[in-house]
This record gives sequence, structure tokens and C-alpha cells, in this order.
Amino acid sequence: MKHLDEYRDAETARRLAASIHREADTDRRYRLMEFCGGHTHAIFRYGIEDLLPANIEMVHGPGCPVCVLPTGRLDMAIRLAKRDGVILASYGDMLRVPGSKGQSLMKAKADGADIRMVYSTLDALKLAEANPGREVIFFAIGFETTTPPTALAIEAAAKAKLGNFSVFCNHVLTPSAIAAILEAPAVRDLGAVEIDGFLGPAHVSVVIGSQPYEFFAEEYRKPVAISGFEPIDILQSILMLVRQLNEGRAEVENQYIRAVTRDGNLRAKQAVSRIFELRRDFEWRGLGHIPYSALRLKDAYAAFDAERRFDEPYIASEGNKACACPAILRGAKKPTDCRLFGSVCTPETPLGSCMVSSEGACAAYYSYGRMRERTQ
Amino acid sequence: MNVASRASRSASRRLDLAAGRVDLTHGAGGRAMQQLIEEIFRPAFDNPMLARGDDQAAFEVVGGRMVMSTDSFVVSPLFFPGGDIGSLAVHGTVNDVAMSGARPLYLSAGFIIEEGFPLADLERIARSMGEAARAAEVAVVTGDTKVVERGKADGLFINTAGIGVVPPGIEISGDRARAGDAILISGSMGDHGVAIMAHRAGLEFETTIVSDSAALNGLVADMVASVPTIRVLRDPTRGGLAATLNEICHQSAVGMRLDEAAIPVRPEVLGACELLGLDPLNVANEGKLIAIAPAEDAGRLLGVLRRHPLGRDAMVIGEVTADPARFVRMATRIGGERMIDWLAGEQLPRIC
Ligand code: SF4
Repeated sequence: MKHLDEYRDAETARRLAASIHREADTDRRYRLMEFCGGHTHAIFRYGIEDLLPANIEMVHGPGCPVCVLPTGRLDMAIRLAKRDGVILASYGDMLRVPGSKGQSLMKAKADGADIRMVYSTLDALKLAEANPGREVIFFAIGFETTTPPTALAIEAAAKAKLGNFSVFCNHVLTPSAIAAILEAPAVRDLGAVEIDGFLGPAHVSVVIGSQPYEFFAEEYRKPVAISGFEPIDILQSILMLVRQLNEGRAEVENQYIRAVTRDGNLRAKQAVSRIFELRRDFEWRGLGHIPYSALRLKDAYAAFDAERRFDEPYIASEGNKACACPAILRGAKKPTDCRLFGSVCTPETPLGSCMVSSEGACAAYYSYGRMRERTQ
Repeated sequence: MNVASRASRSASRRLDLAAGRVDLTHGAGGRAMQQLIEEIFRPAFDNPMLARGDDQAAFEVVGGRMVMSTDSFVVSPLFFPGGDIGSLAVHGTVNDVAMSGARPLYLSAGFIIEEGFPLADLERIARSMGEAARAAEVAVVTGDTKVVERGKADGLFINTAGIGVVPPGIEISGDRARAGDAILISGSMGDHGVAIMAHRAGLEFETTIVSDSAALNGLVADMVASVPTIRVLRDPTRGGLAATLNEICHQSAVGMRLDEAAIPVRPEVLGACELLGLDPLNVANEGKLIAIAPAEDAGRLLGVLRRHPLGRDAMVIGEVTADPARFVRMATRIGGERMIDWLAGEQLPRIC
């Protein structure tokens, strides 16, 4: 674990912070979006904002799989779980996410639905093998990082002719979300989203590579620094963005060279394209409908697609109207701008998905940063 | 051969500890239950009070304050690196009693066993419980056994209750922390929870992490003998260091400031936590304690802790502050600051 220590070293952090202070132009503001919920979490967990000058502001992005899942998709999962003979295998976080009409997977479980918490797709596959008389549905969520394991599990199930395994697929694509933030008229009209540069995802980029971001840098003149998840990574990436902005550059720089290449992981990408194809349309919480922004199973694997197998329709649902998650996911608001934050909405009684996942901005603010509000 | 003599012969046959299983007759209050007690529990716990065979244990009441505590154990898996549900059931309750500064004396043990449970496992667990009790110098003086139908319990659940006596002059309670006090911990955080999670079905990864499950009463006895001014003792079990410190802040109406760099976490535990997306400060311990004492006594207390094998890695990790919001703050390793909060409803497996 020497590896971790190296990227959490206090002295290196101090040196980087000093460079950022020295080089950041006091006459301007730097609004940098960390796309990824993993970065949001790390920024709070390590108190990174305490090391930054006041004119560098981190804007929290939509890269939290639990957060961007629209309420209608969660409702679908609840309906699937309640079917006779079904075991729904889900990541633990999803259980607490509020659905429509005060529903949640947790409540469905208490009402008798058989919902099992798993840590990976493989766990779900094992559940299917161990319960041949039951229909096991894996509630798949996540960006490009979690998609390859789902693809491999489906392939394994097909090979083993596992007839009682299927996937409720909610895998979404990072570049589509970034494009939506930069492009969507709804976002621009709000006018609140000024973003000067992006901290690019770590694990997602390991899979897709740095190449997909080149378009954003070129087309929108926004610098990107692909960053690891450790505090030193993040500080280094912020420094890279400050330098690019000072010099008027808009390039894709790769801070996370120890894991990310330009082309990403070819084998993982191949596995994904063997099993999945683009969905014509997918609704995101906060970002609305984005064309070609998510994946579904190819026709050849339709038998493993829970949506088709159980003919479960998507019914859009608004969720709690007072919850500011949608604006937070676009970077237009901060958790503390929500009047429910910390009073009605807490991690124990979440009203929105951003308060559930540890990668959600509201949860990170609440658990790690709420003392700041009192002292300001 | 008549029926009566056949029945008496079968009852005199010893339990099949190699391949036998618990069935419903073992909990029915008849001969079979008697046999289970005689052949498994009594030899394992072996003490005069239990040997008397009454439904209760009788003991002399000593002067001073007595403390009592109870805890139920539903850990899964039943056997894990560093212990099993039996030793855990002894350590857990011994520690709860000891965290008042008391010397634990007696335990009760209640077993809820699922029909079909292997007798070999039951015997192994009872023996481990007996060994843990003897090592901690407490006696299991009364007990109970129930057998429930298959599917109504997960193998075996154990409840233990414990009684102890507080030495004169010792006043330890969660509401006694005062601004300026020093906060100490006896060793590394997160070992037990990670050891359990690593061995849970479906979550098996290469690991050398062993549960820290241990009886802390010997350590506590040394501590209160040398530093009777200790104000708070608590073992950070479920919810880990984070939950326990928040509980103390609420009870004492204070805040805390910690130094992340001072909190020992084993590199393997840290690595496993990264993988599982957990914070080691939220992960359970079963053989560690938190002590809060006046700052002027902190150095002496640290010395006592480090001289004991269970406190070798002890550290002063921070101080109690005056804070109406009762926040636990922590200076992070890289020089930032964050809060340490209770973990909200994370769906962790059964760890104790
Ligand atoms: S605080 Fe709760 S209600 Fe408000 S935006 Fe966050 S999740 Fe939604």
C-alpha cells in the first residue's frame, strides 16, 4: 500500500497547494467541474477545498450513477422486484433511493419482495445458479466502469445457458452527459452554469481512454485534466487546469497516466460492444432526455434483458419537486441552495438520490462538509 | 427387548459429535436437551455454579456499584479469521461491562439454534466460548437453549449478559467528556469488520486481515488502576470510531477535533476499504477501546496502554472541544478539514 501513501502525502499536497495559490490569477475566477462523483467524494473526504484559493471553485458534476437514475427507472426496478418468483439483485445504495409515492426498494423488501444486496454482477450470477427455480434480475447501473463486468456476466450466462438470469440495464455513457451539460439549451438558458474546465473521470477513462474528451476541448474550448482519485492526483489536475486557463489553452491532459491511455482498455470495450448497443433515448435525472446516451442489450441477448423478458414499461415520474438534485447535477446549484438540505433531507431520510450515494453531492456535503456552513 | 429398555439404551448413547445434527427434540426440555447440555455446554463452561444444575446461578453480592449489560450475536459467517460467534459473544459482553471501568465476573448465555445445525459446530463454538471466558476470567454461570425450525434462524444466534463490579472511586460514563480532554485509542481501526466482510460469501478476496476480537477487561483494569481520572471508555464496535465518537459528543454535549495522521489503520484494512468503498472509521472493531481523560493524564494513560499487549499501537488521536453543534472534525492528512459523521444506513453485512 505504499502506492496509496504516495498519493496522500502531506508534504506533496502542501507543495502543490502553494503552486496553485501562486499561479492562480487573483483577477479571475476558476469554475472547475469535477464530473465524477468519486472526485466529489474525495474532495470532501480529504478537505481539498481548504487547500485552494477562494477564487477556485469546484462545481460538482453528474457522474454519480445512483444520482442520475431517473425516478421512473427506479419505479421499474421496484415493480420488477415485486413480481412473483423474482429475486432482484441490487447494489446496496439503490435500496434507499426514494421512488415515486414514497416507495423504495427498501420498503418493497420489507413488504416481502425478495431483494438481495450484492457487490458485483458476479454475485448476481451466483444467485441465479443457486436458485434455479427463481428469476434473478440484476439491477445494473453505472457508467463505463461497471458496464464491462455486466457484459461478461451476460456472456457467461449465455454460455452456461442460465435461463433464469437477466439484467435490468441502466448503463449510461459519460461523454453524452458532458455534451448535455455543455450543449443542452435548457442548461444554457439557466445561465447559471459557467464552467471553465473539467476534471476528467479516473476509472471511466481507464476504460474509454482520453480520446473521447478531445472533442470537448476542441469544440467547446474547455480544458480537461483526467485525474486520479487520490488527493495528490486531484491537486495536480487542478494545477494543470489553472495553467491551461492562464495560457489560454484548451487541451486534454492526462494526470492519471499510471492507469489511463489515449485508447483505453480495448478488451473491455470489445466486451461491451459484443453485448450492448446504443439506446435511441434515455432519460437522466437532472439532464433530461439525452439521445444515444445509454446502452441496452442487443437483440441476440434479448432473453437476458429484463425489460423485454418481463415486458416492463417505462413510466416517467418527476420525483419530489422540492428536491434540487436536477439543478445540482447540472452544476447549476449547490446542495446548500436546497431548502430541504439538512433539515428534512438527511442521509437517514433522503428525499433525493443525491443524498443517498456517497458519491452524491448532497451526501458528501452533509457527511463531510456541513460544519463549514456553521463557521462561515 | 422391550420398548422401555430400548429407549433407555438410545438415551444413553452419546451425541454423535462427528456427524450429528441438532433437531427439535434438543430444545424440547426433555432428555435430549439434557444430553445436549451435559455433553456440550457443561464441559465447555465447566464451573461449580453451572454444575449445580439449577435454573439460576446464585452468588454473593459484593459491596460497591454493579454493572450489567447484554448483547445478541448474529454474526455471519459463524467462523471467521481471528474468532467465531462463541468467542465474540464472550468478548462483546465482557467489553461492554468493562467499559464502565468494572471487573466483569459472570456471564449468561442463551442459544437459539436452527434445526439441522451440526453438533460438531455447536461443540466447537461452545468450547471456544469456554476458552474465551476462562481467558477473560469470567464464568458462564447460567444458560438457555432453544431450537427453532429450519429457516427460522440462520444457524445459530447467541445472547450473552454480563455482570461486573466497579472499583471504588471510578466514575466512567459517556456524558463526562469535557473540552480540553485528550482522546486516545488502543490500536488500529477496522480490523474486525473487514475480516468478516472479506470472508462473507460473494465477497472473498485475498486477505490476511484477522479480526481483533479480544476481551479488554485486563487492559481496562490496568488503565483504571493507574489513571483513575479516566472519564469515558467505550469500544468502537458497530459503526466504528465515527459512530462511537459521535455518540460521546451527543452524550457530553461537546465537539471533537481529531488528527487523521494519528489514527492507526493497517494498510491491508485500508486497501480492502478502498475496494469496498468504505471508510475504516465506520468499520467495526471488537478488541479496541476509546479512552477520554484529562489532558494532563494523557501521557501516563498512553504509557499504560502501550505496555499492555492489546494496547501496543495506542495513540492520542485528538481532543475534546467546546462545540454546541457537537461536530466531530478531523484535520485530514493533507491539511484540509472534514467532519466525521455517523454512517447512514449503509447496508453492511451482519458483523456481530
Ligand atoms: S438536499 Fe435532498 S432534497 Fe435537497 S437536493 Fe439534495 S437530495 Fe434533493
